[in-house]
Amino acid sequence: MTDTTETTATLQTAEAPAFPADRTCPYQLPHEYSKLRDQPDALTPVTLFDGRRAWVVTKHETARRLLADPRLSSDRNHTDFPATSPRFEAIRSGRPAFIGMDPPEHGPRRRMTISEFTVKRIKGMRPGIERIVNGFIDEMLAGGPPADLVSQFALPVPSMVICELLGIPYADHDFFQDASRRLVQSLDVDSAVTAREDLNGYLDGLITKMQDKPGSGLLNTLVTRQLAAGEIDREELVSTALLLLVAGHETTASMTSLSVITLLEHPDQHAALRADPALVPGAVEELLRYLAIADIAGGRVATADIDVDGQIIRAGEGVIVTNSIANRDGSVFENPDSLDVHRSARHHLSFGYGVHQCLGQNLARLELEVILTTLFDRIPTLRLAVPVERLTLRPGTTIQGVNELPVTW
Amino acid sequence: MRVSADREVCVGAGLCALTAPAVFDQDDDGLVDVLTPDPDRAQQPAARQAVNLCPSGAVRITE
Repeated sequence: MTDTTETTATLQTAEAPAFPADRTCPYQLPHEYSKLRDQPDALTPVTLFDGRRAWVVTKHETARRLLADPRLSSDRNHTDFPATSPRFEAIRSGRPAFIGMDPPEHGPRRRMTISEFTVKRIKGMRPGIERIVNGFIDEMLAGGPPADLVSQFALPVPSMVICELLGIPYADHDFFQDASRRLVQSLDVDSAVTAREDLNGYLDGLITKMQDKPGSGLLNTLVTRQLAAGEIDREELVSTALLLLVAGHETTASMTSLSVITLLEHPDQHAALRADPALVPGAVEELLRYLAIADIAGGRVATADIDVDGQIIRAGEGVIVTNSIANRDGSVFENPDSLDVHRSARHHLSFGYGVHQCLGQNLARLELEVILTTLFDRIPTLRLAVPVERLTLRPGTTIQGVNELPVTW
Repeated sequence: MRVSADREVCVGAGLCALTAPAVFDQDDDGLVDVLTPDPDRAQQPAARQAVNLCPSGAVRITE
């Protein structure tokens, strides 16, 4: 018992800076994270908004090891799960989708969806994605310059792609884009819970329509097969649909905006990429590593004591694997704060690691390849319409990105 | 080099099929299939990388 008391005190008594922190540059770590990255231990105590503490994992190897450790739970309804903002209550307010489950419940649920996301299936989506990307570029060119790249391109492209994959009518995009944004960005718990209820109600209604009149797409398949067979219940299916819809467009939208900013701010890297299209897949991996837009998504709670090279995570303590920091571990990535489109960086942790690694990662890769190639092919003079310092960045508590991106050409 | 895969452990991330498409594939259910259990020298670096990237530990190499 003495041992337990002393070691638990490590999390509670050490200096614990506030977490998360806000970026001041769209593509560089907040200086608070650079300080966390540069200290010697793999785990550092931090203080969350509610005064509770958690361990932040900053080393790449340790991050991979812990994300694959079955003693760390993804159960967001666990009372000790680390919440990074008040908004988190909205995530807890409903039944979890598989992202919030542990083995053995997790596997069968995830397997209901993976056939739609194989490398082969995603490759087959390329012509459709190219058509969508070109369509929104046509509209942007017809209406500008200037344009807002977020609302006119970065958000609608992945929105329409995920709608086609899921079988959700894109005509409803004004509603679900707004509700998704409220869900992932509300600063107070009531607005976030309302956004979740709005989306739940919408998706529940859609499921009823699909039961009455089956169509195409993954959600239709889940309704007509798994729901009908009782393999998933309705409340869980609503949560699953919500996860796929929100994760399917908010993330790629943010990666698109930040990738454009980052390439425009690194003209030498951008020129190298433009000169050699064979570099595009590697450049997408590097941008994923560099931008790490979902760096608060690696929350876990320990269900047993875990010895991490002498540092002890006690059962019940929260752990947050912060991939923006782990992706800049200098022992794994040389000159980690530099963007290098020639780098081979697929072992970044921007899609996570372990059984919860991003389901849609190959879709995201393909979308970003098509987006970045087509956008600069068609608008080679694209540039920011305001200095990068004037852009308003989202706070550290949500998916990293910008809500507006004025561009011209 | 011998390559093997555990379909019980596979989570369908697809990194093996993306990284070493001559060695690994995914079946219609999204689960790993080994195409080439004994990759030749040219295929081995990609197979090694795929094993390193697999998030669930489903693909393995024995030398």
